[in-house]
Amino acid sequence: MQTLINEDFTPQTLQPDPFLVVDNLSKVYPTKSGDYTVLDQVNLTVSEGEFVCVIGHSGCGKSTLLDMVSGFRQPSSGEVRLQGKQITQPGPDRMVVFQNYSLLPWKTAFENVYLAVNSVYPDKPKKDKEDIVHKHLAMVGLEEAANKKPGQLSGGMKQRVSIARALAIYPQVLILDEPFGALDAITKEELQEELLQIWTEHRVTVLMITHDIDEALFLADRVVMMTNGPAAKIGEILDIPFPRPRIRTQIMEDPHYYTLRNQALDFLFSRFATHD
Amino acid sequence: MTIHPSLRPASSSAFVETIQKHAKLLIPPIVCTAVLLTVWQLLCLAPDTKMPGPIRVLQQTYELILNPFYDDGGTSKGLGWQIWISLQRVMIGYSLAAIVGIALGVLIGMSQFMRRGLDPMIQVLRTVPPLAWLPLALGIFQSSDPAALFVIFITAIWPIVINTALGVQQIPQDYNNVAKVLRLSGREYFFNILVPSTVPYVFGGLRIGIGLAWLAIVAAEMLKAEGGIGFFIWDAYNAGNENSMSEIIIAVLYVGLVGLALDRLVSYLGSLIVSEN
Ligand SMILES: Nc1ncnc2c1ncn2[C@@H]1O[C@H](COP(=O)(O)OP(=O)(O)OP(=O)(O)O)[C@@H](O)[C@H]1O
Ligand SMILES: [Mg+2]
Repeated sequence: MQTLINEDFTPQTLQPDPFLVVDNLSKVYPTKSGDYTVLDQVNLTVSEGEFVCVIGHSGCGKSTLLDMVSGFRQPSSGEVRLQGKQITQPGPDRMVVFQNYSLLPWKTAFENVYLAVNSVYPDKPKKDKEDIVHKHLAMVGLEEAANKKPGQLSGGMKQRVSIARALAIYPQVLILDEPFGALDAITKEELQEELLQIWTEHRVTVLMITHDIDEALFLADRVVMMTNGPAAKIGEILDIPFPRPRIRTQIMEDPHYYTLRNQALDFLFSRFATHD
Repeated sequence: MTIHPSLRPASSSAFVETIQKHAKLLIPPIVCTAVLLTVWQLLCLAPDTKMPGPIRVLQQTYELILNPFYDDGGTSKGLGWQIWISLQRVMIGYSLAAIVGIALGVLIGMSQFMRRGLDPMIQVLRTVPPLAWLPLALGIFQSSDPAALFVIFITAIWPIVINTALGVQQIPQDYNNVAKVLRLSGREYFFNILVPSTVPYVFGGLRIGIGLAWLAIVAAEMLKAEGGIGFFIWDAYNAGNENSMSEIIIAVLYVGLVGLALDRLVSYLGSLIVSEN
């Protein structure tokens, strides 16, 4: 796999830092009625190539947490480190699949992906860059729609382009904020499977927010469950032991699946139920 | 155009239908114009009015209307030539306004300092009417042609600046986020995000600008200009002969028609480019 940061530059600490570290991370928003603490001293480590889903009630601070990993927001205290380097701003090593696709409407699917590849690998020959784009559009099954503009694509296709764009630049971490929330059930399952397959090929580390417990159980190595805000923390982390490659029907027949599912439901709807 | 639909043989019902549809759109303006012309004609029947009625206007100007491209040398030219001279002036002044206006608008849209710094000035200057700029411009340039260009330029530039700046400011946060995470270079950002997402706003400004540029033409050509439709109007007025009023009326009508055509042209160009996106 290609990496953007040379391994040699990893600082030599006594204990080697894990791949991605969320270290005592807090976020406080100043509001008119005083400070509002969204996240309070959150700690999490993620190893390279891991698939982590974050689940929690609306407004608990999931987007805030991932925005501090992607660098779009700054922590009030604590820090996020990727391979020992503190994250201070957004960058292509932590590519984001945005919730509303964020494709440029005046560019075709191909051009949208090409813009990303071209800006991250400006020195590659044009032919190579085009090959990368075609390869990734093919991965999400969109070769035929390469020359269509986002306006002519369905929601699922737009999200596919967005995923192709994100992976075509070979990020170290892929961040997805509720990527499939707006899609119908069938498209959603198709995209989950495509995402898993691409993740297997790229061995990219994935952080993904979802509201869907079954989605998290199908995709993730670990499911991070957050307590309710204000001052949310990580309440519990579920290890998902199903072997890969995963087949949806097999997993759902596994009795362990329901133990995990109930554990998650219990966490979300009994211990941290919302009262509205 | 004025053939009544019922007088046409009903060879095909689709044909009749289109005629009827057009008739619905055409009849009201025809009726209203006819009523207005009649009222105008009736008012001008008063014995000692200086204002010619529509029939008299046509009688006194049909030679002008029929020969738009005569040229007797000097500034004695047909209305077609006069309009052409004015259009050239407007095109030069307007093009300069477009170039400077878009550049200034991008600058103001991107920099909060510039926005805060220049906004008060723009708000004041944009309300200054073209006629007020003319003496100043004549004083500066000491010559009527550059002064006319300046008046057109300064009248047309403000909506272009303001709309471009607005367009730059409204670039959706989503696109800026994409630019940030990809760390697009300034050049890449400019061509891939800033320009395409600002184009509709810029064309809005350009459309208002062309209207204003043309509005300024009569003022710009008021003094000592070398021909042009505005010059023609003032020249006819100064000549003060019995045809003067009719000539002015026809020229004013032409100014209106050309202005409409310019407005439509710019918005058509705009729609071409915007639908490209
Ligand atoms: N810029 C801001 N200023 C003040 N408060 C904010 C700001 N951004 C977010 N918040 C608050 O922080 C809390 C967490 O927001 P966040 O968007 O991270 O939640 P979330 O878990 O992603 O919710 P959802 O599942 O609905 O997307 C919310 O209560 C929100 O109102
Ligand atoms: Mg969110």
